[in-house]
Amino acid sequence: MTTDVIEQESHDEHHDDHKMTGIKRWLYTTNHKDIGTLYLWFAFIMFLTGGAFAMVIRAELFQPGLQLVEPDFFNQLTTVHGLIMVFGAIMPAFTGFANWMLPMMVGAPDMALPRMNNWSFWILPFAFSILLASFFMESGAPNFGWTFYAPLSTTYSNGSTAFFVFAVHIMGISSIMGAINIVVTIMNMRAPGMTYMKMPLFVWTFFITAYLLIAVMPVLAGVVTMLLTDTYFGTNFFNAAGGGDPVMFQHIFWFFGHPEVYIMILPAFGIVSTIIPAFARKRLFGYSSMVYATASIALLSFIVWAHHMFTTGMPLFGELFFMYCTMLIAVPTGVKVFNWVATMWRGSLSFETPMLFSIAFVILFTIGGFSGLMLAMTPVDFQYHDTYFVVAHFHYVLVTGSLFSIFAGTYYWLPKWTGHMYNVTLSKWHFWCSLISVNLLFFPMHFLGLAGMPRRIPDYALQFADFNKWVSIGGFAFGLSQFIFLAVIIKCIKGGKKAPAKPWDGADGLEWTVASPAPYHTFTTPPSQADIDGIYKDEH
Amino acid sequence: MSETVSHSKTVKKLSLVVLAMFGFGFALVPLYDVFCDITGLNGKTNDTAATYNANGVDESRTITVQFITRNAQGIPWQFSPVINSIDVHPGEMKFVKFYAKNKADHAMTGQAVPSVSPGMAANYFNKIECFCFTNQPLAAGEEVEMGLQFYVDQDLPSDISTLTLSYTLYDIGKKSS
Repeated sequence: MTTDVIEQESHDEHHDDHKMTGIKRWLYTTNHKDIGTLYLWFAFIMFLTGGAFAMVIRAELFQPGLQLVEPDFFNQLTTVHGLIMVFGAIMPAFTGFANWMLPMMVGAPDMALPRMNNWSFWILPFAFSILLASFFMESGAPNFGWTFYAPLSTTYSNGSTAFFVFAVHIMGISSIMGAINIVVTIMNMRAPGMTYMKMPLFVWTFFITAYLLIAVMPVLAGVVTMLLTDTYFGTNFFNAAGGGDPVMFQHIFWFFGHPEVYIMILPAFGIVSTIIPAFARKRLFGYSSMVYATASIALLSFIVWAHHMFTTGMPLFGELFFMYCTMLIAVPTGVKVFNWVATMWRGSLSFETPMLFSIAFVILFTIGGFSGLMLAMTPVDFQYHDTYFVVAHFHYVLVTGSLFSIFAGTYYWLPKWTGHMYNVTLSKWHFWCSLISVNLLFFPMHFLGLAGMPRRIPDYALQFADFNKWVSIGGFAFGLSQFIFLAVIIKCIKGGKKAPAKPWDGADGLEWTVASPAPYHTFTTPPSQADIDGIYKDEH
Repeated sequence: MSETVSHSKTVKKLSLVVLAMFGFGFALVPLYDVFCDITGLNGKTNDTAATYNANGVDESRTITVQFITRNAQGIPWQFSPVINSIDVHPGEMKFVKFYAKNKADHAMTGQAVPSVSPGMAANYFNKIECFCFTNQPLAAGEEVEMGLQFYVDQDLPSDISTLTLSYTLYDIGKKSS
């Protein structure tokens, strides 16, 4: 599909491509655009897989009592849903964006390490095959939650720990290779004349995210290795009987886990910061404050991990320290939201689909941020901990935050990727259906959580029945809405109105100086200084 | 080509960071223990014998020390303190006993792991002699009284008047054999 279009186009224009055909092209490819496409399709398939699990979860929770699945299988579904969405959908989708856009945005011919790029994608399907295959094993899939707390994943493991650990190891290696590639590309391959403070904000956010990945993915690899040796080789890292400590697991896990949540949101900031100026027809308000805010969020993310653990019994000083540090993150995040709003202020706004998703992102991500502030307060966290309030919070930041930015970015660059304009009517249907259903899906979860409904349970008390029914209906509607997205993309790849090199009149950036669809090889000669200086124009 | 050289330099540096962070993950294990030791967080008490070095007994304060016991999964022993609580003055040495009986039909080895609550008091609770310093093998049906000799340091913060010492008993037979 994408293959055909790009192939045709580039064969017409570039007869020296030496591309392989068929499956070999995709297996052996070292082209950043091909690998970006692979990442994006992989992420979408994983998104539908994880979404299918969520549908079963919501069907079971449609009414109280056990109807469809056994509690143990329910736990496997919530665990694998979380793992797939985090490591299989959101992160690979962002890596896909990085692969497609970064070289074009910095004026480089390709990523710095193309062969490693091929590897970092092609080991991913194996990781998720291992994880998903565990459903068909005697033990069943991991059932200890995506946070795999010891001793649930060691002493009380259902036997799936080894599959889980190896899958996470492979995902981690893939992420680290991808991150190294991004850093090297940005540091060494920028076009002459593009200084750091001239880079598009999209590039900055991926640069900082890649550093976060390099810093914390090895810690994740370490903690799952300890888990593996505790479960199968008799070590006692987390086993109190042997002098270990299960609470230490949570400290090490969340030392990875909290930067991880910024790994999933900083690229979203970059995408939205690219799209809002384009459709407000103004330059991004406060570019340098955006860069510094992104960097401060990344630095602060290393000293807030224990806010996930307020109820483990921490001394008062610890609780206060982690509470204040967490609240401090609201400052740079507030700077960002302020800048997005200020960019739109008195702009000549138009509401194309990427802009709709970006505005929804700003509003709904902020709701998720506010519920995060509520959770950051130690005394109230004791009430909210492990309730649906937490589920509502992180789905607002990850679904209406990260995922909406991925939708926005996809619509924004789809003309550049495929050479066609997408079907506007269908895309607006996708937006409005998603927007309404996602709020029906996640907003009542706040009330359920405040009323005391615990998370990760297959059954619940009768008083939660009405809200859960609405939540499930919202869930099914949101799930179905994503097929509209699939339809838009397939239609767009197959045909549609020809897209000009720059379909958005307000858009900035080097990627719009090349033809649509982007030729197989771009910037084999660096862009001109005038093009680079033109990235941030004052007037359009 | 100069470009390739500069790539490999950057890659090497970044790979070093990756390795360092992998090591740091493991370094967190001893660091965690050291940190808890120094601060007394987490209620961790010393796992080696202390020597008595209090200067005198502070009779103006009375601290209630409570004893609780708990069995981890998979160890069918009867395990309980002989007395449930005792009043001590800071600096005063006390000796108490715990009772254990192996109710399984085979020999087992138990290990008691102590924890003090409130956690900040852990550094002021000194064990001169404790059955928790070693593991405890018991034949089927065998019973034993195990001793604990301790004193509470005089520097115990003045807002603490009650300490709870909790022992969790684990089956470590499989690990040690």
